[in-house]
Amino acid sequence: MAGSSSWSRALMQISPYTFASIGIAISIGVSVLGAAWGIYITGSSLIGAAIKAPRITSKNLISVIFCEAVAIYGVIVAIILQTKLESVPDSQIYAPESLRAGYAIFASGIIVGFANLVCGLCVGIIGSSCALSDAQNSTLFVKILVIEIFGSALGLFGVIVGIIMSSQATWPAKTA
Amino acid sequence: MYGFEALTFNIHGGYLEAIVRGHRSGLLTAADYNNLCQCETLDDIKMHLSATEYGPYLQNEPSPLHTTTIVEKCTLKLVDEYKHMLCQATEPLSTFLEYITYGHMIDNVVLIVTGTLHERDVQELLEKCHPLGMFDSIATLAVAQNMHELYRLVLVDTPLAPYFSECITSEDLDDMNIEIMRNTLYKAYLEDFYKFCQKPGGATAEIMSDLLAFEADRRAVNITINSIGTELTRDDRRKLYSNFGLLYPYGHEELAACEDIDQCVCHYLFQAKEICRSPSASPSVIGSYAIPWEMLMSWHS
Repeated sequence: MAGSSSWSRALMQISPYTFASIGIAISIGVSVLGAAWGIYITGSSLIGAAIKAPRITSKNLISVIFCEAVAIYGVIVAIILQTKLESVPDSQIYAPESLRAGYAIFASGIIVGFANLVCGLCVGIIGSSCALSDAQNSTLFVKILVIEIFGSALGLFGVIVGIIMSSQATWPAKTA
Repeated sequence: MYGFEALTFNIHGGYLEAIVRGHRSGLLTAADYNNLCQCETLDDIKMHLSATEYGPYLQNEPSPLHTTTIVEKCTLKLVDEYKHMLCQATEPLSTFLEYITYGHMIDNVVLIVTGTLHERDVQELLEKCHPLGMFDSIATLAVAQNMHELYRLVLVDTPLAPYFSECITSEDLDDMNIEIMRNTLYKAYLEDFYKFCQKPGGATAEIMSDLLAFEADRRAVNITINSIGTELTRDDRRKLYSNFGLLYPYGHEELAACEDIDQCVCHYLFQAKEICRSPSASPSVIGSYAIPWEMLMSWHS
């Protein structure tokens, strides 16, 4: 690759396995961050509101379950991604196909991780408001739950795109 | 970032916010007040209140009930909830909640000192104090003879100590001095509270600026009206007004020069109109100025 800058050459010397592994780490790590963030946001409001209105506790655990689902998406995608890792012989590590596979897994991990991060946050904040309004007026619960369902769809979008991305992560075939 | 607060607010404030919202749903409604209006005796009132959040506080009181008992127990509910929140709060909310009690502390101090001056029993006075403003050494206020002693013996250990710098004199305590002391302390307290609220910025600064400005202006008008006809000079009066609020500084000049209620009302209305026309006045402030105007009009007529 004559004429390419030293930065791009440096980037291409990083092993694709590095990128793939970081992608897998981000997919599970950042999803769990989002889920945990959402759960604590919902949980603190839920506990405080349940002091004066104890009836809200069982229904509002649904918000916590939605946040938890976000973490589960992250785990599932991380498991799928790690099955896509294959060994290639030394000569092939920096071949374009390998690089492409590495980058695909990396991108998939980022997509899923950050989509789940914001989804967890969204569901958490809505869940907190849901608990607070349910404590005042129980007819509001179902309506706010609809908003929460839309919010949790965001994580699903991320998972779908992530899985599509990772399905094209084909490593070069082992030449004899 | 005035939009991403929701991401971190619940760490320190989530539980308390939910508790406050719970308390709000425990406030008496118009229907409750209607029922209370229909009551013939205090026992009826107790019965109606037992269905509300005040029930647990009144149920153990033996009849015949006294009005002061009912008021005391209902205040006790507020105090208990306030103390619970104060325990659960972290900085800076805990400091903020403590600031709110300082106003009551000042009122209690003045109550005890005035009562001692008029030869009342300390125990009796202690019972009349507002529970939110109690502090440990409050009973020793009765032994102080002048302000210097007051400060040195009792108040230097309380949170009110920094507000005393302007009013330590060696004069003996009499009614006039005590009122001046109360207003000087309150002025220092309001200014300190105002400065404290500006630090966090955001919603705290916005809302508290409006509320504290209203309080400062209300007290300025109060001081003016109460000092008409007394020996308080204009300069002394001017010194008692707080250094913030919508009437500061030009309204204060006008108010300091007022000699009777009519003048005061005219100046106040003029100022209030100017304020309400200015683009920086928020609707809450304008609304809050409308109420004391009605009060002033009723004094006038």
